This record gives sequence, C-alpha cells and structure tokens, in this order.
Amino acid sequence: MMFLLSFWTQDYLVLDKNFTLNNYIEAFTQPVYQLLFSRSLYISLTVTFFTVLLAYPMAYFISFYGGNRKALWLFLITIPFWTSYLLRMFLWKVILGYNGVLNSFLLWLEMISEPLTFILYNSNAVIIALTHGWAPFAILPIFVSLEKIDRSLLEASRDLGDGPIKQFFRVILPLSMPGVVGAALIIFIPTVGDYITPKLVGGTDGLMIANMIQVQFSKANNAPLAAALSVSSLVIVAFISIVFVLLNKKYLRKY
Amino acid sequence: MGKLVQVENVFKSFGDVNAVNGVSLGIEEGQFYSLLGPSGCGKTTLLRLIAGFEKPTSGQVFIDNSSMEGIEPNLRPTNMVFQNYAIFPHLNVEENVAYGLRNKRENRTKQNKLVDEALELVGLSGLNKRSANALSGGQKQRVALARALILKPKVLLLDEPLSALDKKLREQMQSELRHLQRAVGITFILVTHDQYEALTMSDRVAVMFDGKVAQEASPRDLYELPTSQKVASFIGEMTFIDGEIIGENKNLKVKSEIFGQITIDKSRVFGQSSKRIVLGIRPEKIAIVPKTSGSKNLVSGKIIDVSYFGETTNYKVSCGTIETLTISSQNSVGQLSYSVGEEIQLKADLDNIIAFSA
Repeated sequence: MMFLLSFWTQDYLVLDKNFTLNNYIEAFTQPVYQLLFSRSLYISLTVTFFTVLLAYPMAYFISFYGGNRKALWLFLITIPFWTSYLLRMFLWKVILGYNGVLNSFLLWLEMISEPLTFILYNSNAVIIALTHGWAPFAILPIFVSLEKIDRSLLEASRDLGDGPIKQFFRVILPLSMPGVVGAALIIFIPTVGDYITPKLVGGTDGLMIANMIQVQFSKANNAPLAAALSVSSLVIVAFISIVFVLLNKKYLRKY
Repeated sequence: MGKLVQVENVFKSFGDVNAVNGVSLGIEEGQFYSLLGPSGCGKTTLLRLIAGFEKPTSGQVFIDNSSMEGIEPNLRPTNMVFQNYAIFPHLNVEENVAYGLRNKRENRTKQNKLVDEALELVGLSGLNKRSANALSGGQKQRVALARALILKPKVLLLDEPLSALDKKLREQMQSELRHLQRAVGITFILVTHDQYEALTMSDRVAVMFDGKVAQEASPRDLYELPTSQKVASFIGEMTFIDGEIIGENKNLKVKSEIFGQITIDKSRVFGQSSKRIVLGIRPEKIAIVPKTSGSKNLVSGKIIDVSYFGETTNYKVSCGTIETLTISSQNSVGQLSYSVGEEIQLKADLDNIIAFSA
C-alpha cells in the first residue's frame, strides 16, 4: 500500500493514480530532504556508537562481576522502562532546558556564567536522549554474548601469557562481537525512524526524517511524498543493516 | 628444596569447604606426576593453585625454587591443558597453537617454524588452517597440547585431559602422552580420577582424599603396598579379612580365616599398632584350584558369582564365614573356568598379604 502510494500523486483532495517517479525525484533532490536523511543517519549512527560504547562496560560488569546478583542488575536496568518512553524523553527537556536542572546546577557551581544553549533543541539533545533511552536494549545482547564465552578460554589466555588488557582484545572482544553487532542493529534501525524524541527535544535543528514524513502525511497532506520518503528511508536503513549483518557474518562464520 | 615444584602445607577453602586441606608435595624435574583421587578430592584445585588460577588460603607453592605467591598465571613457568581443551573458537589451528608465542618477541618466520614443529610433534601436520570447530575431540586435545608445549614451560599441567575421549582413543593418547613427555623432557602433572591411567602413565602418583594426600608413591608401590585400606580399595580391588595378632617379634604372627596362621614382615604392616588387624589381598593373588587337586594349604569354597571380562574372569567366592572373596583369574592357555555354585579350593599367595592395623 505504502509502496503503491509512493508512485501516485496527491491532487488536492483526490489521488492521481498515474504512475510517476516524481515523488522519489523530489525526495532525493530537494536539499531539505537530503539534509533530513543525512541528519537522521548522523544522529542514529552517533547514538548507536555511544550506546554500544556505554552499554559494553555495563554488560561487561554484570557478566564478569555480577556474581550471583546478575538477575538483580538486569532487573535494575529495566527500571527506567516502568515509565513511558514519552515521559522519559520529556524529562530530558527538564534536565537540558534553559532553566533546566543541568544549567541551574552548573550556574550554581559557577562553572558557567549563563545557561548553555547548545544542549537543547538541536541534534545533540536528540543524541543524548536517544542514547539514554536505548542503552538497555544494547546491554542485553552484549551481556548474552559475554555470558556465552567459556570462562576456561579466559583462563587459557592468561595461562598462555596474556595480561588482562591483551586478554580483552584477543579473546573477549572478538568473541562478543556478535553481541555488539546485534546491539548496533537493534539501536540503529529504530532510532533512524524515531520521531517523538526529535519532536520533543530536537527543536528545528534536531528534526529527523520521520518528523517530515509525519508532516507530509498530515499537515502538508501529501501522502504520496510521505510514502516515497518512507520507502526511501526503509531502503537506506535496509542497506546499512545489511552491511551490519555482513559484518556480523564475518565474525559468526568462525563459530 | 631442590625439587622443581614444591607445594608446602597448602590450604585452600571456598567458603566453609576445605578443598585442599594441608598438602605438601615435591615434584622432581622431568617426572610424570599424577594427582589421583575421586571427584571432589581437591586434585583439580591443587593443580589450579600450581597454575595460579587460585590463590592458596595459606601455604606456598614454589616452582624452580622461587615462590609463586602473588604471581599471576601469565607470568608463571607453567602451561595448562584444560579439561575441555579451551580451544579458541574464533581462531584456526595455527593461530591457536601460536597464541602464546605471539606474546614473545621472536620474529614471525621463526614463530611459524615453531608452530609447524609443534604440530608435527602432536601429529597434526598440515592442519594449520583448519577451523577450531572442525576438529574432533582427539584433535582438539592435540592442539591444546601443542599450544602449551610450544612455550616450553617448566611444568605442563594436565587437567583430566583424556576423560572426554572414548576408550580406544584414550588408551592411544595415554601412550602418546607418555612418549611425548619422555621426548620433550618437560615435567608433567596430570590430574585424573582414573587409577589405571595414573598407574600406566606416571613415574609417581599422589592419591588424594578429602583435600589431603593419602599416599604418594611409585605406581608399583601404590598397588603392591598401599598404606591404607582406603587407598587399597581405590586403586584396584582388595579383599579384607579380619585377623588376630597372636605373636609379635621381628615379624607379626597373625591368625585368620582362609590364611590360617601366617607371619607378616613388619614392612608390610601399616597403621598404628593395635590388637585388631585387617589382612588384605589382591584378587589376582589368589588362585582357584579344582577340588580334585591334592596340594596342601588349601581352603575350600563355593563360587557365588562370575563376571567375564574377556582377558580375565572375576569370581566371587564364599568361604567359611567370609561372605565374598574376589578372585581374578587370567583366561590364559590351560586355565579352567568355573561356574556358579561349583565347589572349589583356594590357594592364596601368602607373600602378598598386607596388614592394616585398625
């Protein structure tokens, strides 16, 4: 349906059902859409990167130092999910805003003389909020892949002369790569299309492609263009995901 | 001192379980040494203490006259062959074998040559690029051996390395391991629960029960002269018969059923001296003679059970007040076989009786 729609044209109230590629041409040539596409990709790739970077040490800690409290740690990680996603994103507004928690705190410490403005209503805010919101999703696959590593392999690497750092890079990281790639996919795919977070904390500089799709569908009343944008972003995400998966295969092949 | 590996009064407890309960051992250079015991006796923990994976609660381990206290496994002159082999699944055979070498500052060409040599040593030449997952159990075992031996450790530690293999392969690997040890001259410490494995492969064996060494001896002495009933019945089988001391001078005069009045050399009497004494004899030191034979010193009995093992047959015999007496008989040329219920006569080799004071 969406796919078909993207080849039609909206003519005020009626749909012109003649086949046309104009929507795609517009989607790929209009600077505003190009900007939104590249910004979406930039934001979600950055989010993916930071989420995995933050999630790895947490998963590592739970897996190797969780002892018999692993379940408790995992449970604690899920606590933020008890409140709605919307609410959590909204709270970032309170934290990052002009008179928000962070600014007030820094002003009180006299580390800054006037409130910081680069932290809300732009891409940075979206990145911070998304990274926080999605971290638990990255922790779980990484945790599972770390749990699956046979502990005797770690002893073997120590026995064969590795110090703790070498051991990490020669055994733990390569063997947990499937989890890392999995986590990256889990974060990347949904964040590209996220539209609540940019809408709440992104301002105009932080808007992403999903926001435009929503506008085209509703206010602009150009469903075919919205459909074309959706299909395009689907294709782009699929392409990048396949690259991820191939990367994963490269590591998985050896098991 | 002077021994390559010296374990001094080592204790190790996990919570309130004492896994190793005061062990002192000395292992000489070039020996094939086995730690033998039932599961849970602390033998693996002792091995891990030597490797450095566990820290002793008290006591010390010395290797080559230097204390291993606070020294991490990667800095010890030991390498280990793990029970499950611990082959790195993301690396191929060659990369696995070269793993430890890559931590050393020798050039690659020389390292690669060493890898080829090590693979040849364990009979895996040409499998350099094989993926670790495409290996059979026996091959994994060999890779684990090559990986450890290539580093030329002072001591090679083997944690039940053969227990996962089938019987045929296990026997083959036992003799290969023995040959390999002689060829490379490295001290091997083997942990096993299989008494035959320990007896056939080792120069010396330490038998452990409940975190303590019960006896440490050569395989022959361990079998022929066990110092306690526990060791005697763990290594092979032994029949125990209560005896009564009737005289004591240079030797011990003992009266018992089946054996009658015998004298036992003091060197074959173990345990604190007391009035009660238990005599032990191995199943193959008693022979069954047909009822019709006319020799003296015979005791009559009746066969109550027969188990056929191919090369040997084990008989359970009741004899007087002794309910079961185990006798093992070689099925060699001319050997008669008996069936359940048959009346027979027994002839014990009185020189091979051991006495335990209880």
